[in-house]
Amino acid sequence: MAPVARPVSRAAGRSEPPAVRIAGLRRSFEGRTVLDGVDLTIGRGEFVALLGRSGSGKSTILRAVAGLDPDVEGAIEVPERRSVLFQDSRLLPWASVIDNVMLGAHAPDIRERARAALREVELGAKETAWPKTLSGGEQQRVALARSLVRDPELLLADEPFSALDALTRLRMQRLLQRLCQRHAPAVLFVTHDVEEALRLADRIAITAEGRIVHDQPVAAARGNPERLEALRLDILERLGVSGD
Amino acid sequence: MSLISFTTPASVLQRRPARGSTDARSRSLLPKAPVPLQRLVGPILLLVLWCVASGTGWISPAKMPGPDAVAASLAGMIGSGTLATDIAASLQRAALGLSIGIVAGFALAVAAGLTRLGDALIDGNIQVKRSIPNLALIPLFIIWLGIGETMKIAIIALGTTVPIYINTHAALRGIDRRFVELGQTVSLSRAGFLRHIVFPASLPGFFTGLRLAVTQAWTALVVVETINATSGIGFMITQARIYGQTDVVLVGLLLYGVLGFGSDALVRALERRSLSWRQSLDQ
Ligand SMILES: Nc1ncnc2c1ncn2[C@@H]1O[C@H](COP(=O)(O)OP(=O)(O)O)[C@@H](O)[C@H]1O
Ligand SMILES: [Mg+2]
Repeated sequence: MAPVARPVSRAAGRSEPPAVRIAGLRRSFEGRTVLDGVDLTIGRGEFVALLGRSGSGKSTILRAVAGLDPDVEGAIEVPERRSVLFQDSRLLPWASVIDNVMLGAHAPDIRERARAALREVELGAKETAWPKTLSGGEQQRVALARSLVRDPELLLADEPFSALDALTRLRMQRLLQRLCQRHAPAVLFVTHDVEEALRLADRIAITAEGRIVHDQPVAAARGNPERLEALRLDILERLGVSGD
Repeated sequence: MSLISFTTPASVLQRRPARGSTDARSRSLLPKAPVPLQRLVGPILLLVLWCVASGTGWISPAKMPGPDAVAASLAGMIGSGTLATDIAASLQRAALGLSIGIVAGFALAVAAGLTRLGDALIDGNIQVKRSIPNLALIPLFIIWLGIGETMKIAIIALGTTVPIYINTHAALRGIDRRFVELGQTVSLSRAGFLRHIVFPASLPGFFTGLRLAVTQAWTALVVVETINATSGIGFMITQARIYGQTDVVLVGLLLYGVLGFGSDALVRALERRSLSWRQSLDQ
């Protein structure tokens, strides 16, 4: 992992081609259409949160972009280096923490980089521990280190913090924020938590009926409590939750 | 940017002392931590019972000699060197047959578990073999392989292949799909997938199979050593039966007990070392 901080250019994607381009994504399970023409573009270094009701196809979109779904139809352009962060930390219980971080990575200096990644998630001392001896939050931080050690151009995350307690979740969000500023991958972050989306994302996309029905920049509203509150109510309403 | 700290305030961590005289830990649902050599307690108690029963004359020495008589004949056999020869012969047969069974069982399990062709060719046959008692094969094996060492080792090998295969295969088939997905997302190669996910995941099943196979090896040994053997513990027992030497029969049984117990302990120790990542009752 290059410790050199890359300048974060949120406006990127105008001169350069975008990191992710999805067009006309379709998927059905046993005749039931779940994705019905999803279009989504994510700029380089841009953080997009995908919100939507349970069962609206968020995970299906993410799995398709991750290359885990061979039966999906449509055009998907993604960068070569991408990482996935699952809801469960998905650590191999028989491999030490550092071996988990290095899984499948091939760079010659991979061990050094894995150590650096573990230090970044503040688990430098747990290198040789078994995953089962770690707390839920620590396990998810190892998973985060495993994602980052590949220096991804695209980070895909499916409700990675939803199984954590509120306090740990808050800390993880701040950690992720910091790491994203440092490494600047494009991020597609699935969540059902509106607050989380507002806190982390540059843009919020909402799924319903197999499509992206709303796509909304957030950055502009941040720092302005009134506008942020209005945005929050608007999104809640679009998700079918009345704002009171 | 603020630095994130993951330490928990000490006050949260403070434990309340257990109330009353009972230690809070004693209410655990788990058995208490093992004391060293606690598994020997049962067998030792049995020995004591034997001493008492024969000392007080509850059992007739003709049917069941006392510990002193057995110890005497054991000492005699050690002195004459026949015991060492017999144990060496038995150990060699068991080890050779078991080694072949382990390699064959594991290789077949991997082939059947990971390839469709292997599954088609192997799995059905093993299931059929599973329902045929090993001993029923002895007449056929004698016709094919004669009554020498080859037949004896082949019977042991075949008997140990099955439990290794069944348990390793079950573990291979039961690999969590989420780990397969993980392998895909970190672009593991086929070899890396086998090494980092498939083999470690199948190891617990393999060890279960190994423990059954070790037992199976000793059991088969008893039987094959009654067929045209000139050495071995089974041979020793057969001879003693012919001459009515109950004390020698008991020495033989004792040896089987010790060897069986010892080899199981060895496998368990190996298992604990290899599977130290598991936090189970066995720890
Ligand atoms: N492998 C599958 N087989 C059948 N149906 C599925 C499968 N995966 C997802 N679905 C269905 O697709 C819909 C969308 O699922 P998902 O993408 O997981 O929703 P979300 O992540 O937004 O909660 C759900 O109705 C779900 O039941
Ligand atoms: Mg989901």
